[in-house]
Amino acid sequence: MMNKLSLPGLLALVIRRDLVLAARRRADVLTTLVFFVMVVSLFPLGVGPEPEMLRKMASGVVWVAALLASMLSLGRMFSADYQDGTLEQMLLAPQSLPVLVLGKILAHWMASGLPLVLMAPVLGLQFGLPAEQLGILMLGLVMGTPVLSMIGAVGAALTLGLRGGGVLVSLLVLPLCIPVLIFGAGAVEAAASGVTYSSHLSLLGAALVTALVLTPWVTAQALRISME
Amino acid sequence: MAINWFKYSAPSTFYALAGKLAPWFAATAAILFAAGLYIGFFVAPTDAVQSEAYRIMFIHVPVSILSMFIYLVMACYAALGLIFNTRLSGMMASALAPTGALFTFIALWTGALWGKPMWGAWWVWDMRLTTELILLFLYLGFIALHASIDDPRRADRAAALLAIVGAVNVPIIYKSVEWWNTLHQGATIKFSGTSMHVAMQEALFTMLLACWAYAIAMTLWRVRSIILERERSTTWVQDLPEFKR
Repeated sequence: MMNKLSLPGLLALVIRRDLVLAARRRADVLTTLVFFVMVVSLFPLGVGPEPEMLRKMASGVVWVAALLASMLSLGRMFSADYQDGTLEQMLLAPQSLPVLVLGKILAHWMASGLPLVLMAPVLGLQFGLPAEQLGILMLGLVMGTPVLSMIGAVGAALTLGLRGGGVLVSLLVLPLCIPVLIFGAGAVEAAASGVTYSSHLSLLGAALVTALVLTPWVTAQALRISME
Repeated sequence: MAINWFKYSAPSTFYALAGKLAPWFAATAAILFAAGLYIGFFVAPTDAVQSEAYRIMFIHVPVSILSMFIYLVMACYAALGLIFNTRLSGMMASALAPTGALFTFIALWTGALWGKPMWGAWWVWDMRLTTELILLFLYLGFIALHASIDDPRRADRAAALLAIVGAVNVPIIYKSVEWWNTLHQGATIKFSGTSMHVAMQEALFTMLLACWAYAIAMTLWRVRSIILERERSTTWVQDLPEFKR
C-alpha cells in the first residue's frame, strides 16, 4: 500500500530533492551567476564609464541581465529528469502533478534566481545606485525572478526534447517576460525620479500571484503533451 | 431539424467547403479593397490637424484590429482543439497564424510610416507599440514551436497551449492606450458614437471588412493545403479529382 503524501510534504520533498541535485552540480549554478555578472559588467565597457549615465541605466541593465541569465538555466529545469526517465515516473505517480511541478519551479528559482537577487546589490553599487533604489531593485527582483522561472517552466516543458530547444525556449518565453522587466525596472526608475513606485511593485506582485496560481497547472499540461 | 455541428469538423468535408467558400471571400475582399481605398483616398476630406498623412489610417487601423482579433480566433481554435481533441482545430490555428503575423507586421510598419510625420519618430517606446511588437513575437513563437515538432498532433497541442497563454497579451494591447498615458491616440470610434467624418467612417469600415474577408480567404486556402499535407496518405485525398490522372 502506497502511503500518499500531503501536498506540502510533497512540495518539500521535491524542492529538497532538486536542491540536493543542484548542490551536487554546483558548476551549473555558478555558470548562471557568472554569466549574470559578466553581462552587467559589459555595459560600462560598452557605453563608457560616465557615472550619471550608468546610474540611470543600472536598473534596466541588471533586469535585462537577470532575464537573460534565467533563460540560460531554463533548459536544465526538466531535461535531466526527462533523459533519465524520472519525469515519466513523476507523470505516472498518483501525486498531484501541478504541485510536483511547482516544487521543481521553486527549487529552480532557489538555485538560479535567488543567487541573482543576492548578487544584484553588489552590481548596483558598481553602477552607483543609492541605497534606497538598491532596496527597491532587490524587492523587485525577489518578486520578479520567480515569475521568470514560472513562465520559463511553461516554455521549458513545451520544448522538452526538441532539437534547437534552447533558442526556441527564449523565443517563446522572452515576449511573455517583457511585462516583468517593464515593471521591475520601472519601479527603480520611478523611485529615482521621485514619483511613487509602489504601483509598479503592486503590479509585479499581482503578476507573481497570477503566475503562482496558473503556471504550475499549464506547465503540467505542457509536460503531458510533451511526454505522450 | 437537428444540425450536426460536427459535420464540418472532419477535414474531408471541410476541405470541400473551404474550397467552395474561399473564392467568394477573395472576390469580396478584392471589391471591398478597391471601394475602400477609393473612398479613403479620393472621397474622404483632408483632415484638419493631420492633413493628408492621416489617410494611412485606412490601412493601419483595420490591420491592427484584425491582428488582435485573429490572435483571439486562433486561441479559440487552439482551445477547441485541446478540449474536443478535433484535428481540424489545430489546422485552423496554424492556418491563421501567418496571416495574423502578416497583419501585425503591416500594423507596425504603417504605424512607423504614420509616426514619422506626426510624432517625428519612426518608433517610440510607447506601450501600444511595445505590446503590438510582443504580439508579433507571440505569432512567431507559435509558428516556430509548431515547426520544430515533427509529430503534427503533438505540435498542434503544444502550440495551442502557447497560444492560450499568450492570449493574455491581447486585452493589454487593446487597453494600453487607456492604462498608460501614451503618445498613441485613443480609440476614436466607440460604440457610443464617433467624432469622425462620415466618408472616413465608410472608408474605414469598408477596409475593415475587406481585410476580414482577405484573412478568411487566405486562411481557408492555407487550411486546404495543410489538410492535404497531413491527410495525404488517406484514401479520400487520393480519390480527389484534382489528384486523379
